[in-house]
Amino acid sequence: MADSRLIRSRRGPVTYVLRVLVVLYLFLLVAWPVSLVADRAFRATGTHEGGVGPFLERLTDPATVYAFNLTITVAIWAVIANTVFGVGISLLLVRYRFVGRRVLSVLVDLPLSVSPVVVGLALVLAYSSTQGWFGGTLETIGIQVIFSTPGLILATAFVSLPLVVREVVPVLEEIGTDAEQAARSLGANGRQVFRRITLPSIKWAVVYGVVLTSARSLGEFGAVKIVSSGAEFRGETATLFVHNHYQAFDEPAAYAAALVLVLISIIALVVVTYLRPKEERA
Amino acid sequence: MLWFSVLVLLPLAAVVVTATEGGWSTFVSVVSEPDTRSALLLTVGEALGVALVNAVVGTVIAWVLVRDDFRGKRLLEVVIDVPFALPTIVAGLVLLSLYGPRSPIGVNVVGTRTGIFLALLFVTLPFVVRTVQPVLAELDAEVEEAAASLGANQATILRRIILPSLVPAITAGTSLAFARAISEFGSLVLIAGNKAGETEVASLRILKYIEGDYYEKAAVVAFILLLVSALVIVALDVVSRRVAVRG
Repeated sequence: MADSRLIRSRRGPVTYVLRVLVVLYLFLLVAWPVSLVADRAFRATGTHEGGVGPFLERLTDPATVYAFNLTITVAIWAVIANTVFGVGISLLLVRYRFVGRRVLSVLVDLPLSVSPVVVGLALVLAYSSTQGWFGGTLETIGIQVIFSTPGLILATAFVSLPLVVREVVPVLEEIGTDAEQAARSLGANGRQVFRRITLPSIKWAVVYGVVLTSARSLGEFGAVKIVSSGAEFRGETATLFVHNHYQAFDEPAAYAAALVLVLISIIALVVVTYLRPKEERA
Repeated sequence: MLWFSVLVLLPLAAVVVTATEGGWSTFVSVVSEPDTRSALLLTVGEALGVALVNAVVGTVIAWVLVRDDFRGKRLLEVVIDVPFALPTIVAGLVLLSLYGPRSPIGVNVVGTRTGIFLALLFVTLPFVVRTVQPVLAELDAEVEEAAASLGANQATILRRIILPSLVPAITAGTSLAFARAISEFGSLVLIAGNKAGETEVASLRILKYIEGDYYEKAAVVAFILLLVSALVIVALDVVSRRVAVRG
């Protein structure tokens, strides 16, 4: 391998030009703007004060607290739902052969490429009490989906559905069924096989999927915008809060909330990159 | 399965039914509304442009990440994933802080098509990089060696050996980027200005229809977007399977 390294590591001027170009591109497009958010969150503008104190004040404002609480509640439910059903769907896709399996596997990926607005619209058309197919029925039994928390959970679960599935399916395919069959032949029942054999081997994939799902859930905007009334204290999630406050020329509050969201997603990223090699080693 | 139906299939079916309920004439009348038509054209045009830029820049970035080695490369890896991890609305805000009003470098792209282009570039950045990178990393050095020992120069190796094996990955990444660009919403809300007929993209058009209670028209536009993304997914599936068969 030593000589192949030689050829590949030969560096001409092109290498350096490309390197500089790439770094510059990424700096201008991503790194610089992202770092400016922190600056904006703390800087004084016009009538607004700058500094750490006012920043914390903006974050502990009841409206902000409400928005983050709601977001976290919704994210937790969406993550639970998607983990349970994500693992279920993955098992279904990998372990069973049935008509329409290929179609299902294509459909599972659909939420990733459907516009969030379309997701919102779809949920409204299905579950809104005035427009939807089932809204009327649900309303008579006392459940309002659209413009309330269940709608938010549905929307969030919809957009993040494929994340767990995509992580778990390849792992399931790779580990095969040998160990499971062995366990079964030794008299383990379905649940035991799942808990003792299957679950431990897909553990990291599930964890990874959960991190991705949480990050996505906390940050969902488009679908949530459609299904939520979006008013302060009434279905305003953190992302809607950012939007509303920016539109209302309350930039510091928008940037303060945005900074928190940025930090959350960067933490999620770091966790994910930290988990990756671990999972590969296993 | 039931959960999946309740969550995904039923709502999407509702969109399709609502969109096709009015028949062909409604469909045509919505699409021929000047604002809607220009929104659709703008969306597709911008998405194509962004996808192309990504195909080139993304491949170059992947190349640098795999073949080059320098301090801070790991940081670069994280930077690339940032657009994936950021909430879209925050992505819009992030760009506004550098390229919006009160920009420290005096560039303001709010309400222009350049702004839309920039936002789309931001959110689609990781797609091509992340699909090309693993393929490039696994390329066999021996083939390049062989070519070099037979007298091929760098450019020839790149063109005849490396690029052909990357093409499927580039195609896959580009179509993902295209699908994402066509349906992008959150990051554009703040940056695009949303002037009907000029800087309004399809997803914002849908929002306007919904807010105006024109659910049927919204469904029509949504249906078109669904159709396009379904097409892209199927195309992707076909490409990747063909590659799998060949490989």
